Amino acid sequence: MRNPPPPTSTVRCSHCDRPVPAGLIDPDRHPQFCCTGCQVVYQTIQACGLDGFYRLKQMVGGTDLPPARVTGEKYVAYDTSEFSDLYVCKLPGMVRSIELLLEGVSCSACIWLIEKLPEVLPGVIDARLDLRSASVRLSWDESKVKLSQIACLLDRLGHPPHPARGYSKRELVRRESRRMLIQIGIAGALMGNIMLIALAMYAGDLSGMEPVYRSFFRWLSASLGVLSLTWPGATFFVSSWRAIRARTVNLDVPIAVALLAGGVAGVVNVFLGRGEIYFDSLAVLVFLLLVGRFIQYRQHRRADDAVDLMFSMTPVSCRVVRDNEVVETLVETLAVGDVVVVRSGDILPCDGVVVQGESAVDQALLTGESVPVPVQKGSSVHAGSVNKSRVIRVRATAVGDATRVGRLMRLVETGVQDKPQIARLADRVGGWFLPVVCVAAGIIFGFWSWKTTMTQAVDHTVAFLIVTCPCVLSLATPLTMGVAIGRLSQNRILVKSATALETLSKPGLILLDKTGTITRGQPQVVRFEGRESVKALIGEIERHSQHPIGKALHEAFGACELSGFLRTSIRQVTEGHDGGIEATIANKRIRIGSVSFIESQAADWGYFKERVLELDNAGETSVLVSVEGVIVAIIGLRDEPRKDSARAIRRMNQMGWRTNILSGDRRGVAQAIAIQVGIDSSSVMAQNSPEEKLRIVKSLQERGRTVMVGDGINDAAALASADVGIAVHGGAEASLAAADVYIARPGLQPVADLLNMSRRTMNVIKRNLLISLGYNLLAGILAAGGAMSPMLAAVLMPLSAATVLSTATWSIWRIQLSDTPEE
Amino acid sequence: MEILFIVLPLALLLAGGALTAFFWAVHRGQLDDLDTPAYRVIFDQEHPRKDPHAGESSGSDPTFTDSERD
Repeated sequence: MRNPPPPTSTVRCSHCDRPVPAGLIDPDRHPQFCCTGCQVVYQTIQACGLDGFYRLKQMVGGTDLPPARVTGEKYVAYDTSEFSDLYVCKLPGMVRSIELLLEGVSCSACIWLIEKLPEVLPGVIDARLDLRSASVRLSWDESKVKLSQIACLLDRLGHPPHPARGYSKRELVRRESRRMLIQIGIAGALMGNIMLIALAMYAGDLSGMEPVYRSFFRWLSASLGVLSLTWPGATFFVSSWRAIRARTVNLDVPIAVALLAGGVAGVVNVFLGRGEIYFDSLAVLVFLLLVGRFIQYRQHRRADDAVDLMFSMTPVSCRVVRDNEVVETLVETLAVGDVVVVRSGDILPCDGVVVQGESAVDQALLTGESVPVPVQKGSSVHAGSVNKSRVIRVRATAVGDATRVGRLMRLVETGVQDKPQIARLADRVGGWFLPVVCVAAGIIFGFWSWKTTMTQAVDHTVAFLIVTCPCVLSLATPLTMGVAIGRLSQNRILVKSATALETLSKPGLILLDKTGTITRGQPQVVRFEGRESVKALIGEIERHSQHPIGKALHEAFGACELSGFLRTSIRQVTEGHDGGIEATIANKRIRIGSVSFIESQAADWGYFKERVLELDNAGETSVLVSVEGVIVAIIGLRDEPRKDSARAIRRMNQMGWRTNILSGDRRGVAQAIAIQVGIDSSSVMAQNSPEEKLRIVKSLQERGRTVMVGDGINDAAALASADVGIAVHGGAEASLAAADVYIARPGLQPVADLLNMSRRTMNVIKRNLLISLGYNLLAGILAAGGAMSPMLAAVLMPLSAATVLSTATWSIWRIQLSDTPEE
Repeated sequence: MEILFIVLPLALLLAGGALTAFFWAVHRGQLDDLDTPAYRVIFDQEHPRKDPHAGESSGSDPTFTDSERD
């Protein structure tokens, strides 16, 4: 039914390199833009002399820019004293510094763009961008430039700034990662020196060495080894002590036992001047384990950072009427009873009642309904919805945590706490590892003390304990998970908890949200019945409409040729607030709109009355066109499933997952979509409120593994309480906090990729566990037979770690992921 | 070979010095961000085009006017 796009649509946006929509192409202009955001950013970059950005972007291969978002905000609140008390750090003189989180930081060329601020805006002293957390640390001279000016420039460069909230939490994270780095540094330095000394001793063993040097080396080795065990190695003793006190066994317990036995026996041997020492192996152990832990920690941070940005994106300031004057103030200072002015495009800062003006608000965050709802005086509106068309004034009835969004967020938090804990594979292994090793050690000690001397028995037992230390075993899981999570995040799939991968590795039930997840979330014309000549008229009239349906109509019919006479005679295009548009052409009144909009005026329905009902049943939204009160055409729109949805769902089914739809939408619509993507219509659960979705997820969980895939806050609580919650592209920020996995790519294919990756990763982990167990077994047998020497141990341990790491890297990078992002 | 009794502690002292430098770098926050500096070094040569209008356009308030918004 849709017209083929005209050949000119291959024109690319000068800023983001995406195709320019047909309606926006201006053949006479050289820089072409896909949206006003890109245009503003392009012009700002040119005006600042920063056009080197585009060259750099190509150089680093960052061609995949998202279309720029410019809010056009004035950031007046950034200059207020309340704001600077909360977020700004005062340095000597007039120098101030702040940490801002930026939107739209997507490629490394952004570093250049942002860090050139001091050269572009006088008064800015320094700007440092952290690419991973998308945060910039700015310092500026307040006597020369105001923060609001800097913020405005950042905004016009396509990076709307937000003050970084949760300072104490980030400070904690920073301190923790520094502490880990320092520990690794110490362990590494000690390990290097002990190994050098050990090398000298092994050489001495082969070619002879005077006893005085030998004992000197042993003393030195022992003192460095003890330092390594008690300083960076203390982590393992503390962790295993905690586990023992909690009456559980984790993998740290056998590690601590090995470290303790090796350390104590080594010190005793050095004192007595006899027997073997294993300090080189012990130092390698400590170092490798700490590195494994650091990798794990950093992988977790990656996704958390993305969530931090989303959280900070809630509005900072709002416009309040105080003493008959509109002042911009911080959202935190808003009180119940205040009247707030909400401009077009703004996010509502509070729950309230409209007291002046009429407009349409997008409540997708709360209800998942993507079509804006008309509001007028007396309508109640909710925080988090977006004002779509005109300025309204709202009297606040609830602010902050008391708003509906705030209450839902609390539901989310409790949902996260209620989540059933799954015992981690590595800890389960640790559970039986300890008793086995202890029993074996007892047998070895008994055997050798019966066969030879007591001292020899102790030596063999200690050697056994050291070489069976599950170092590589405990490295295998985080290393493999780390490689897998890194691979996924390169494909824009951010995994917050490694346990999610473990849970997703076995099939169960997947609940899919409909709007925005299976479908595009944008309605499209699928049916047109009426006179062909009307098409061109509709396309022209809807040209300036902001409503999603209006845009869809323009997109579908905008390319139809309209005769020059008609084009010039269009007069008085007015967009009503009750779902329609009206225009006068050649003295004829034309109305395009919803059933209720047409109903209020049209007299002659003809056969269209029945068609509206039929379209309803087919899951289509109908739009009618009337000329002078006579209906001449009916258009059916549908939110089509994404191109790859059906294929992705088939892939999931092939992997053994069952797929259901859990939607807030009308049953007819949901079922129509289900059939299209190959889901049995009996497994559609429709017309559910957020609270009902949560209840359904909980009851299904009792029957088995349940995974929820969704995008909005209307399913955030369900996302949080499901075994694994997967938030998809374009969703509400709340869902990011609730979900275990966030997919920053549109479509369902990434979900199927994730499931596939989890399954394969678990296989690799199991294989790696086997390899490391095999190593422990081999070394253990050698030690039990009395054939273990410090040199052999020092070679075997790093070798097995390298084996595990290379298998993990090699097998995970071989896994194919679909990388065809859909527009 | 008595020299070993002096050289080995000296070597350890050197290692200690290197470690101290490492601590200092970590505490200064030089290792907080392990991703960005790798890219920053590529862009060191690039500077904004010196444009006679650059100061003007950025010096004036680079915001939207109200007519642009609506």
